Amino acid sequence: MAETAATGPGMPQLDISTFPNQIFWLVVTMVVLYFVMSRVALPRVAAVLADRRGVITSDIATAEEFKHKAQVAEEAYHKALAEARAEAGRIIEAAKAEMQEELDAQMAKADAEIAARTAESERRIQEIRDSAMDMVSDVSKDATKDILELFGAKADARSVNAAVAARLKGGA
Amino acid sequence: MADNNGGLAIKPMDQFEVKALFGGDVSWYTPTNVTLWMALTVLAASALMIYGARGRALVPSRAQSAAEMTYGFIYKMVEDVAGKDAVRFFPHIFTLFMFVFFANILGLVPFAFTTTSHIAVTAVLALTVFFSVTALGFILHGTKFLGLFWISSAPLALRPVLALIELISYCVRPVSHSIRLAGAMMAGHAVAKVFAGFTAAMGAAFFLPILAVTALYALELLVAVIQAYVFTILTCVYLKDALHPSH
Repeated sequence: MAETAATGPGMPQLDISTFPNQIFWLVVTMVVLYFVMSRVALPRVAAVLADRRGVITSDIATAEEFKHKAQVAEEAYHKALAEARAEAGRIIEAAKAEMQEELDAQMAKADAEIAARTAESERRIQEIRDSAMDMVSDVSKDATKDILELFGAKADARSVNAAVAARLKGGA
Repeated sequence: MADNNGGLAIKPMDQFEVKALFGGDVSWYTPTNVTLWMALTVLAASALMIYGARGRALVPSRAQSAAEMTYGFIYKMVEDVAGKDAVRFFPHIFTLFMFVFFANILGLVPFAFTTTSHIAVTAVLALTVFFSVTALGFILHGTKFLGLFWISSAPLALRPVLALIELISYCVRPVSHSIRLAGAMMAGHAVAKVFAGFTAAMGAAFFLPILAVTALYALELLVAVIQAYVFTILTCVYLKDALHPSH
């Protein structure tokens, strides 16, 4: 200490006597450090970084491929779904047509039956009306005869009948 | 350490003394504290870049991550600042950064010797950068490298004046490059030592210098990292000038 204080100036940095020593050891250090770094450390780290980049790139490529496959599968699924829908639509259409046909047939049959029954009913109504008409005519003739007898008039059945029939026809 | 005068004898510059490790005079080959702390710098750099990254794992451990980030940080700096073709000088610049960075950081260990606080060390580094970059410029571009000083965008009359200014500023580069680093390292350490010396002298208020030293230490840590960064990025800037002299 005393020696440095005596020989060196205030700042040890300016003590030129130590420069050769510092410079020598600095050069040794830098050369050693350069070889350690450039021959050992940096290639290793660079290799690790390159490996990682490679893995990431290939993983991304794989993911891309899977995504593509998924897209293809999705398209196939959608296509199958659309086909199934179309098929179902066709089946529904066919079933509807069949049902409509059957319905039409049934309706026609029912209409025919209703028409037949209506005709029958009308015929019977006509019959009843006719018989009722006959009965009215008979009752009228008998009543006319009875009334004529009460008045004491003699009338032959034939002329009375003709008169009543004419009267009924006219009044009807 | 050499505080045998008693009283308020703070010797902030003692920590920068170059001493032989095993006694005796300091000649050029003597193992000194410079040798010790430079060796520790190499060990620390190797510990980070080789021992830390030894796993070579796909998913890195913390230490490996730190090594990879250091690598990536300097690589990107070289690429961004000096250009893509400067990548072949990446190992050199990386070595420079690792040395300055770990020398600065190790210098903050109490009782450590800070190799980068010596102008002899930083001047050699700066001059090496200066001469290699200048030589590289002439090797790559021949006399066209001088175009760096001949600003063709300036008026013709001004060009000689500008060339002189450019030349001077170019030659001053190693001075600023080296003194910045050594000065920053030395100043901080000396101030820390001064504050530490106050601790005993201030009696009851001893905690004030301790707080000051603590705060200063944090600042010094920042300065250590920033100076390593600045030294490296300036090297990249100079390298860029050599690779692409036409502005």
